[in-house]
Amino acid sequence: MDAVTNVLRLDGVDRSFGDRRVLQDVSFDVAAGRMTGFVGGNGAGKTTTMRIVLGVLAPDAGAVTWQGAPLTREARRRFGYMPEERGLYPKMSVREQVTYLGRLHGMTAVAAGRSTDALLERVGLAERGDDLLETLSLGNQQRAQIAAALVHDPEVLVLDEPFSGLDPLAVDTVVAVLRERAAAGAPVLFSSHQLDVVERLCDDLVIIADGVIRAAGSREELRATYTVPRYELVVQTDAGWLRDEPGVTLVDLDGARAVFDLAPGADEQPVLHAALARGPVRVFRPVSPSLTEIFREVAQ
Amino acid sequence: MNTMQATRLVAAREIRVKLRDRTFLFGTLFFLLIAAAATILPPLLSGGPSSVAVTAAAAGPLREAGLQVRTVPDDRAAEQAVRDGDVDAAVVSGPAVLAMDEAPDDVVTALSTQPAVRLLDPDAVDPVVAFLVPFAFAFIFFITSQTFGVQIAQSIVEEKQTRIVEILVAAVPVRALLAGKMIAGTILALGQIALIALVALVGMQFGDSGGLLSLLAPAIGWFLPFFLLGFVLVAAMWAAAGALVNRQEDIAGVSTPVQLAVMLPFFAVIFLNDNATAMRVLSYLPFSAPTAMPLRLFTGDAAGWEPLVSLVLLLVAAAAFVAAGARVYEGSLLRTNGRTSVRAAWRSRETPG
Repeated sequence: MDAVTNVLRLDGVDRSFGDRRVLQDVSFDVAAGRMTGFVGGNGAGKTTTMRIVLGVLAPDAGAVTWQGAPLTREARRRFGYMPEERGLYPKMSVREQVTYLGRLHGMTAVAAGRSTDALLERVGLAERGDDLLETLSLGNQQRAQIAAALVHDPEVLVLDEPFSGLDPLAVDTVVAVLRERAAAGAPVLFSSHQLDVVERLCDDLVIIADGVIRAAGSREELRATYTVPRYELVVQTDAGWLRDEPGVTLVDLDGARAVFDLAPGADEQPVLHAALARGPVRVFRPVSPSLTEIFREVAQ
Repeated sequence: MNTMQATRLVAAREIRVKLRDRTFLFGTLFFLLIAAAATILPPLLSGGPSSVAVTAAAAGPLREAGLQVRTVPDDRAAEQAVRDGDVDAAVVSGPAVLAMDEAPDDVVTALSTQPAVRLLDPDAVDPVVAFLVPFAFAFIFFITSQTFGVQIAQSIVEEKQTRIVEILVAAVPVRALLAGKMIAGTILALGQIALIALVALVGMQFGDSGGLLSLLAPAIGWFLPFFLLGFVLVAAMWAAAGALVNRQEDIAGVSTPVQLAVMLPFFAVIFLNDNATAMRVLSYLPFSAPTAMPLRLFTGDAAGWEPLVSLVLLLVAAAAFVAAGARVYEGSLLRTNGRTSVRAAWRSRETPG
């Protein structure tokens, strides 16, 4: 696959429900071979955006393109989708319904059956394949849901909260499966409000708040952009004196440990000298902001 | 894959699931038993000609009439045979006919002289049959459209309730989903009726009601196209009703108008079936036409062109209801929060074409 052209692109997407504007000029790219985390609070517009990508909802304005062309139903049939609200047929066996979904995506009966067997093996459900879905535990139903999203070997994956409700083992399985797909060249867009999972998993990040994209880019870029000069200092005694140090803004103070920001352009070395002048310094290091912190700052 | 292929896949799944459903299988079996019992049992129970005890001298005419004659030495023995239950009746001198509690018509007839009878309208239908046949038609349409209509609604709600609908809609056109369900429902309904009809026909052969069969044949022939279109009309309403709600238990509340649209014509046809004017009107109204028109054909009241006109009207109505049902279905399918009003569903068409 060509990594340059295999881009899923949202361009100026607007959407309202009645008078409520849910998405406003939403634009971002999901690049081939990369895991793109889609992050935002409840009601920020993640699900609506994903539904528009999948053609389940129509945008009021704007467009979604794949490989440079506007999305058609035919193209979307090669997408894999895991909606936020999960569900399969309770009274059908796992194997039968995953095969059925494969066929609805245009596979032949033989190909769908083969793919189903391989996937059920992969997500650890091979032995439960002939059981009715309703007899499976919730965790196993989630695994079946993953199989349902992947059965037709999709070109693009869009997963709404794929990790919610998964036990840690299942999270690892799903993460591994998604990484395989990304490594094979598929763009993978997934939303989550478990920021630690996103942090661990994503290559790129899109942050949405109140229907507006607040930040989008690779994780490193965002880190660099949103990194304020922040340091952690641990001394022998109380670090409260930092409060009066010029250019220092205290973020956190806990006895001998302090986290502080430096004013733009200020040098950190004078602070270190000042600390050493007062006694031993145990720790002095720059702190990269966590995704949670970036998110808090951006989504304000 | 085009819409047609998607429709076929959807319909195939619906049928496959239904054919494994115990309730459906037992229901069908139950109907088949009723059909078999209704056609085979009555002739068996009526028990053939009466047996009659009589002295040898008077036995001749009774034997000629095809009755089972048992000769006895005298009238006392004949009476005793009746009292003992050995025979149905006895003929004693007089002549008088003895029986326990029911006058044996065939014995009386054998002993009477009767005027010649000339039927001016030999095809006219026996009044009992004239009541039973329309009732059977109306009943079959009522039960079938109700049962399978509810099943279409349930299948739609199941997909909404489990949220699988979102995956389905992302994969295939909404219309393919709806069409697949309606086609599956129609095939299952017609299949069940055909099975019942087959059993009834075989039963009639056993029960020796061949004469009735030849009378019924044209009415049955017309009943099929009327049933088919009438069913589609009702199924479209059930589909729309199902799409409006999100839980199985809410179907009953939203489907009252649909139930009335089937029930009122049913009772109208049952109660007004001897009122020619009412039946003429009913045989053109789309909701009652599927039962009223075959009925008028059966009783010979309808001219040759009438069923065609009625069928065209029904076709137009069914097409309009399918279009309206599809629009409501599309407008409410993805609204999974609470109940959607018909108006809201009508206005919003969420999915891009």
